[in-house]
Amino acid sequence: MIASRADWLLALPVLVPLIACALSAALRGRARAQRLVTGSAAAVMLLAAGALVAEVVRRGVIATQMGDWAAPFGITLVADLFSSAMVAITALIYAVTAVQAHADPGVRAEEGLWHPLLAALVLGVAGAFLAGDLFNLYVWFEVMLIASFGLLVLGGGRAQLDAAVKYAVLNLVATTVFLIAVGLAYGLTGTLNLADMARRMPEVPNQGAAAAVAFLLLAAFGAKAAVFPLFFWLPASYHTAAAPVAAIFAGLLTKVGVYAMIRAVTLVFPAGQDWMAPLLWAVAAGTMVVGALGAAAHWDIRRILSFLIISQIGYMIVGLAIATPLAIAGAVLSIVHHIIVKANLFLVAGAIRRAGGSFSLAQMGGLWRRDPWLGILFAVPALSHAGLPPLSGFWAKFLVVKAGFEAGWYVLAGVALATGILTLYSMLRIWIEAFWKEPPEGAAIVALAGRERWLVLGPVAALALVTLGIGLWAEPFAAFALAAGEQLAGRDAYIAAVLGARP
Amino acid sequence: METLLALLFGLLLAAACYMLLARSLPRVILGLMLLGNAANLSIIAAGRVAGTAPPLVERGAQALAAGGSNPLPQALVLTAIVISFALTAFVMVLAWATWRAEGTLDPETLRRAEPPALPSTDKEAAAEAEARP
Repeated sequence: MIASRADWLLALPVLVPLIACALSAALRGRARAQRLVTGSAAAVMLLAAGALVAEVVRRGVIATQMGDWAAPFGITLVADLFSSAMVAITALIYAVTAVQAHADPGVRAEEGLWHPLLAALVLGVAGAFLAGDLFNLYVWFEVMLIASFGLLVLGGGRAQLDAAVKYAVLNLVATTVFLIAVGLAYGLTGTLNLADMARRMPEVPNQGAAAAVAFLLLAAFGAKAAVFPLFFWLPASYHTAAAPVAAIFAGLLTKVGVYAMIRAVTLVFPAGQDWMAPLLWAVAAGTMVVGALGAAAHWDIRRILSFLIISQIGYMIVGLAIATPLAIAGAVLSIVHHIIVKANLFLVAGAIRRAGGSFSLAQMGGLWRRDPWLGILFAVPALSHAGLPPLSGFWAKFLVVKAGFEAGWYVLAGVALATGILTLYSMLRIWIEAFWKEPPEGAAIVALAGRERWLVLGPVAALALVTLGIGLWAEPFAAFALAAGEQLAGRDAYIAAVLGARP
Repeated sequence: METLLALLFGLLLAAACYMLLARSLPRVILGLMLLGNAANLSIIAAGRVAGTAPPLVERGAQALAAGGSNPLPQALVLTAIVISFALTAFVMVLAWATWRAEGTLDPETLRRAEPPALPSTDKEAAAEAEARP
């Protein structure tokens, strides 16, 4: 069979970073050539992901079998609206972190390693979004994990080593739990293909074992997504990484866990076991509240932002717990919005560190007077993160809370709204301390200027424009999220696309 | 055979949990290795141990004869072994680098990324705790 257009579109988001990883590893020591590789790979991937989204919007779910081994025996790559949107955002974050890293001294000192590791991380993330089979999902998780280990210790500070120990051990335990769940799921259903498993799981005679598999998968993905009570590795590690590394971690890594949770629950366990909804309810509420409270008690910008990642993961789990198409659409829009805004906030934190001389709120101030553009570029993602209209976060929260009220989940919707206020409190604290307060004596004052200023603030401005765009032209994005929610809740189109018209 | 494998799986899992909770990084790494091997055993057991003959289809036949072993779990376990080998190697180097930098392998005293004084409601105290590299 000759590869069709859809086959290429599905393979490209994996092939491009794979080639970039191999090339930039071979070019180690030649920074200029490596930058060229990373830059062109990000551009090609962005175009390919855009074409993939267009193809999925036009034709519905598309799937391809690697090596032409028919499903469910071969390796399947699938894209529906949700996963194609995730791939597109991955490409966008790849591009902006690649640009900002040019100006980061910590990364520039280790450029030979940064380029291949970044490409490997993007490879793992894109592969996980397109994987149509549970074992491949595991392998992509591992690709992502080993690249993230390398990126986390890039620069090799002592705090980074300490952080990496906790990050590595807790994440390895989580992936091993995932592997055990994969083995048990295969034992129960005789298949690893997600679509095939979705058809066979309800027919499994031992539904107790099926529930155990569902629980193990939720626990493993939940640990990756940093949900309450499995989030400890995240605030222990993210604040130590170099600024561009923290941005790509904050944007993408936890969201792969949330993606896998949504995929597993909507596709393989859609009827939901009766324990699942209350469990997800408690997890969602705990995640939102603990994240927001943890953020309120810290004074380092990166620690505050790390806890706010956790709090926002809670909103996505709210959508999954309610599980109506509208709620899932809210979760999808939350993820899209959150990846952009969170990566942007960590990039801004890097810029604040450069301009204010510190990450600690106690040791800086007066940034508004010195650099109002930095203030505006912080305000856009910060207010969007807190869910203020007319920015993207408002629409994401609106869909989730509306779905909560429609489905009668009043308490959870109330917790979601209260969390928004706590988030706003943390953002205002950064604003008042870093931008309005008079700088304390001895605060380092560095002006961002020239080419460096463009490299640092350019990507931030680009992401802020995307946030504004989603907020002001919400209609097409909301329609896309609603269609994605319908598709995830419907699941027949996915199964049909993978398995074809099998008897 | 499956019963035996299941019991062994439980034993390895219990030992892994015990080791993971130890206050010494080398023991924690041993715990991770045991956990990985427990996972591999569970895949073999879940894939049913139908036979021990190599899974080769005879010339002219369309399917595997009875008594052949299931090749798929073996392929999965092979992949998982390779992955866990790489990850274990990384974690061992990480522990070695930590020992060189900090002079201790007790996770309880490794608090450089999370100083004991944090989180704090007192801004000055928090700033001081954060300032220590």
